[in-house]
Amino acid sequence: MTEALNSKDIIKMTNINKVYKMGNNEFNALSDVNLTISEGEYVAIVGPSGAGKSTLMNIIGCLDKASSGEYILDGLNTSCNDNKLAEIRNKKIGFIFQNYNLLPKLNIFENVELPLLYLGYPNNKSKEKIKSVVEKVGLSNHLKHKPSELSGGQMQRVAIARALVTDPQLILADEPTGALDSRTGKEVLKMLMDLNDEGNTIVMITHDMEIASHAKRIITVKDGRIISDSLNNREVGA
Amino acid sequence: MKFTKLVKIALSSVWNNKMRSFLTMLGIIIGISSVIILVGIGQGTQKEVSDQIESLGTNLITANIMSSKSITISDEDLADLKAKPGIKEIAPQISESNINIKYGSKSSTTTLEASTPEYLDIRSLSVSLGRFITDRDVKNRFNVAVIGTETAENVFGDTNVVGNAIYINGIEFKVIGVLKSEGTSSSGSSDDRIIVPLTSGQRLLKTANAKNYYISAEDKDKVDIAMGYIQLFLDKKFGLPGNASSTTTNSYYRVMSQTSLLDTATSTTKSMTTMLAGVAAISLVVGGIGIMNIMLVSVVERTKEIGTRKAIGAKRRTILLQFLIEAAAVSAVGGAIGVAFGYIGAFIGEKFFSTTIVISNNVVLGSFLFSVLVGLIFGIYPANKASKLNPIDALRFE
Repeated sequence: MTEALNSKDIIKMTNINKVYKMGNNEFNALSDVNLTISEGEYVAIVGPSGAGKSTLMNIIGCLDKASSGEYILDGLNTSCNDNKLAEIRNKKIGFIFQNYNLLPKLNIFENVELPLLYLGYPNNKSKEKIKSVVEKVGLSNHLKHKPSELSGGQMQRVAIARALVTDPQLILADEPTGALDSRTGKEVLKMLMDLNDEGNTIVMITHDMEIASHAKRIITVKDGRIISDSLNNREVGA
Repeated sequence: MKFTKLVKIALSSVWNNKMRSFLTMLGIIIGISSVIILVGIGQGTQKEVSDQIESLGTNLITANIMSSKSITISDEDLADLKAKPGIKEIAPQISESNINIKYGSKSSTTTLEASTPEYLDIRSLSVSLGRFITDRDVKNRFNVAVIGTETAENVFGDTNVVGNAIYINGIEFKVIGVLKSEGTSSSGSSDDRIIVPLTSGQRLLKTANAKNYYISAEDKDKVDIAMGYIQLFLDKKFGLPGNASSTTTNSYYRVMSQTSLLDTATSTTKSMTTMLAGVAAISLVVGGIGIMNIMLVSVVERTKEIGTRKAIGAKRRTILLQFLIEAAAVSAVGGAIGVAFGYIGAFIGEKFFSTTIVISNNVVLGSFLFSVLVGLIFGIYPANKASKLNPIDALRFE
């Protein structure tokens, strides 16, 4: 299913299961998920609510661990302790959340700086790095502003800048347009496509087929299983 | 992750929540400033008391006869005692309060002290006008008197009164001198008194023997030797066995030096200072509990922030340290403000309430470090709670 056979695998999941225990009942949120995503892909994971796509996203994002199965992210086995997982999230994954999750008390510069602080990025280089990613999302004039002074679309662009600042191997977007109106939503989707064109690997989780149609590959999840995985031939945007 | 960056994150969080941080600090501010002021008051009192006692002369020894058993201490006895090592001067004294004095139509009540010429030096007194009692006055039972400035003001309305006659308990006395003012102390005014020759006093008060003896040692280091000889002398007079002299107090007499008085006073004020410090320290601990309370609430309020931080790469340890540094920073800043308020409070106390407040650097430094420690200790629980949050749950928290 890979688009470019020669590029390396970013995500390689083998027989991933996730079981939640509720009292005496066991609930399989994910059953035998096998998934490979290569460098440079733009994948949308779709499915109705409760299908298991959030669970899948949490595992892909190293926020949660699978009950069984193997997940290799950029050549690293993710069955490790919480500290190591935090490090993986910091270095390899850029998160874009539905509700932006910017820290309200910090200004734009500080919000984008945060992952670099946790990374221990050298001081002299970080300023330039932050400015370049903020410029890329077109918010250079808002560095000193607080998130509350920005519109929803601008906030999501700040979140994208924050996701990009560590040069992650994977950008993970969870309903990135969920809180936006359709016009600003389109802007954000356009930005994600541009990022993909530059070679970034993007995985987007959504329940909306219309949004998903912007991706190049669509994976449908239902009842904890992947029920379809196909390339998207429809031309959008541009 | 570098520690300096952690400090940066924590401090920016404290700064960005100014109101909450200030409210958290309040307990520490009050705690620290009260520690500094209360301990300062305690130490000030201690200094005041010891200064007062020292101003009386550190080589002063007092012997009081308390027994009703009559003993006779003759002039020869006193001359013998005076010859003993360490003893410089001896002045027998009779004192009586509530003495009525009268000049013209004005009258007043004061304290009468009857003694010998040595009394002047032993009690570190001095005469501002006229002269003090002489041996001749004592020998001839002259009715002469030296009076304190306040007493003079009370009966004459003036201090320039040498040569005037006053009536003490109805007997006429001639004023020969006025004492120099010594100021008012906590034990009352020492300027309100009248001093007469010992013999005239004995006749006036109809008492035979002096019950009080003021003795000066040759110097400060010989006080103990002198006291030993005084005790030996008094034991002999009362026919007490020799070993009784090992104690300075018994039911017959009491011998005290200013140093022993100073020790008693110092230990009293010290325990007062300790008590005050204890009370203030409790308020510091209460302040620490305040920090814990607000931080626990703040962990819940900031769940989403913690989730976001964890999602973008903060480790458990990083979150723990962030919250601990925040707690320490809040209490340190609160401590610093508290120190400032302590100094201001001490200044106000000295200026407007004429209290002696002594602020020692040790107390300031000690209480400041204690406040930081309190912040750290009470920050551990909330910080640990924050660090344990699961990023998924924290992100989903609304």
